[in-house]
Amino acid sequence: MPRHRRNFLTLSATTLGGLLVYTLDRKAGRVHAQAGSIKVPLRFFTEDEALTIAAAAARIFPADESGPGANEAGVVIYIDRQLASAYGRDYYRYTQPPFEEGVPEQGWQGKETPREIYRAGLKLLGRFHRLAPAEQDARLKQIETSVFFSLLRTHTIEGMFCDPMHGGNAGMIGWQMVGFPGPRMSYFDDVDRHYGAAFRSKPASLAQMLGHPVTPGEDTET
Amino acid sequence: MRTLPPVDVVIVGGGWTGLTMAKELATRTGLKILVLERGGPHKTRDYLDNMDELDYAIRLRTMQPIRDETVTLRHSARDRVLPIRQYGSFLPGTGVGGSGEHWSGISYRYYPHDFGRLSHLVEKYGRARLPEDCAVRDWPISYDDLEPDYERAERLMGISGKAGNLRGNKIEGGNIFEGPRQSDYPTPPMKLPYLAALFRDATHSLGYHPFPLPAATTSVPYTNPDGVARAGCAYCGYCERFGCMIGAKAQPTNTLMPVLSRRNNFEMRTGAWVRRLVPEGGRVRGARYVDANGDEVFQPADVVFLASWTLNNTRLLLLSGIGEPYDPKTGKGVVGSHLTHQVSVPAATLFFEKPLNAFMGAGSAGIAIGDFDFLDHKDLDFVSGGALYTVCYGTRPIANFGAVPPSVHARWGSAWKKAALHNYDRTGLVRFYGEHLAYSGNYMDLDPVYKDRYGDPLLRLTLDWTDNERNMVRLITSRAVQVGRAMGAGEILAFEGLKRYQATRYQGTHVQGGTIVGAKQTDSVVNMYLQHWRAPNLFVLGASAFPQNPSSNPTLTAVALTFRAADAVIQRYLKHPGALA
Repeated sequence: MPRHRRNFLTLSATTLGGLLVYTLDRKAGRVHAQAGSIKVPLRFFTEDEALTIAAAAARIFPADESGPGANEAGVVIYIDRQLASAYGRDYYRYTQPPFEEGVPEQGWQGKETPREIYRAGLKLLGRFHRLAPAEQDARLKQIETSVFFSLLRTHTIEGMFCDPMHGGNAGMIGWQMVGFPGPRMSYFDDVDRHYGAAFRSKPASLAQMLGHPVTPGEDTET
Repeated sequence: MRTLPPVDVVIVGGGWTGLTMAKELATRTGLKILVLERGGPHKTRDYLDNMDELDYAIRLRTMQPIRDETVTLRHSARDRVLPIRQYGSFLPGTGVGGSGEHWSGISYRYYPHDFGRLSHLVEKYGRARLPEDCAVRDWPISYDDLEPDYERAERLMGISGKAGNLRGNKIEGGNIFEGPRQSDYPTPPMKLPYLAALFRDATHSLGYHPFPLPAATTSVPYTNPDGVARAGCAYCGYCERFGCMIGAKAQPTNTLMPVLSRRNNFEMRTGAWVRRLVPEGGRVRGARYVDANGDEVFQPADVVFLASWTLNNTRLLLLSGIGEPYDPKTGKGVVGSHLTHQVSVPAATLFFEKPLNAFMGAGSAGIAIGDFDFLDHKDLDFVSGGALYTVCYGTRPIANFGAVPPSVHARWGSAWKKAALHNYDRTGLVRFYGEHLAYSGNYMDLDPVYKDRYGDPLLRLTLDWTDNERNMVRLITSRAVQVGRAMGAGEILAFEGLKRYQATRYQGTHVQGGTIVGAKQTDSVVNMYLQHWRAPNLFVLGASAFPQNPSSNPTLTAVALTFRAADAVIQRYLKHPGALA
């Protein structure tokens, strides 16, 4: 079970600069500066931990003149749900002992689950969200060869570009930035046209394309 | 342990080979046929809801649950062996259809020289040119022997393509290097996405011979000889790691199950985890398995087909004590030898100025050249070959975001993000799929330490590349970079080179060997009809029979060999049960 069951992440324009986030019931909530704040229930992190992870993800994938970043996409909400799910306790790995150190070609051999890697990583980050951006970058630079950083970077990309049902890619802003239209049934008429010219259409999520909701993996596992 | 009522035929594994055999037996005989499949059922309809990159392509929910069973790996007998704890270099599927559900569908025939590989190399270069520990063999059958069965396999699946050699007549635009075909492909080639068109034009301008990849994602609606109708491909880009939601990609569930599910002499039993085949006095009595309720049961049968994924075929023979395990020190024994994994590398990553619209495509929509399968190795430092190609499988954003040209060094932060956004739809690959020769030091046995969920030993792979593969990849990589320049790429990232075998980089699920086919029972596990030399009522189907790994993808050959074995079983074995060779 998740360690913290009654924690909320309070999102406001000043804490996260958030534009659009997905609440637990998967309804989009828009956060305006004048609208105050909304509370998103957390499944794994405490609020302080969530703010720390959000700040780190936002340095990996920052909002800048090229477009929105990890905060705007709700990456921390994606990570929170993944860690609370079976994935967080290493359901997708062979975890029988003995755990021993090998060569890199044998792949990651660590005993720690993703949850444990984050708990240790949060200690490395300290009061990260209180630091200035330059100090934050310096802190990340110090840990960029760690297993935690590598996992956080992977999860940041996943949270930017996953289907919005997983809690990230809010408003499909990740997909819009890279021109990915989401899952589509057919490109039969387009696949051998548009050579050399961008063919872009408004993204649609899996649920929008199908016309019915789909249960994400993190909500179906035991 | 409960013993179930006997059946005529038990087939272990419900993938391409097991269900092809089931279809032949169920439609041509009155035998009662039971398939034991350890995963669950799959339906085409479910694959619509599965068009989610995270759950299916990243968390890999259609693959065999690695928490239950994996393999262990070491590079040589001197190295420490450890389990592969998360999937990397290969992805075995689970459930009805097996890996045949999530495959890409690239469906080559092997070249004639692949069947007589040892004789071919010795004749051309002399035995002294072969690597010292090379264990390459001739198959006991030739391309011409198998040609009619290739045709049956292509018609079963409705393979799309263009012939390059019709009864000896070379045809430009097809693969002019292929062995002679009696008929053209059942369906025309697939449409060409932009990147593949660039590759075709560039390779043609360089004097190579581009041809459309033969594709099981059929290009037009197709009805096969069994009357099974499938839709044409819509190029949605969800092939590899996914099942096809419209049934355009030939899969056991949409190609074989429609025939089988109408037969009352066929039963598919899912959730059946086979732990042992039970040998007795030169025969196999049946299969012992854990059923969907967790109870261990024994299923007797007159004939047993072992048709699980290649590595599991070897593991089940070793666990069951059928045949002599291979010993690399003495060279004696046969089960587990000739372990190979098709060499597959991203030879050149190309960064273009123009967008590619790479989200559109199919797992086998692309162009290949066979020229490097036919190199003259006289002055080269290797003796193998392979195909260079570009396939537009349909890029998805989690897996493909983040690639930046060599001039960009940042891997996070604003500079990386900007470069990765700019290059996201401007990045293309020229891939190399190459031959992996067999070596006496690459083999499988049972791991002494690590176990599966039932406490059975895992399979241990001892596997590494040799200089032959490293030198081959080095040369082909330099050619791929030339092709990339001719395609108009700006920056090009050349593959860093093969070093040691990596469990972490996806290569393809074409791991082969372990139960190899041969002409003599002293140096092979099965005869040319895939019949076990020591237990004539046991047949071992699939690419575990291949004595070395040709450059081409194996599925079509595995299915063609199954047709050939089915004919021998139906026409000869059932009348006179006993050794067929």
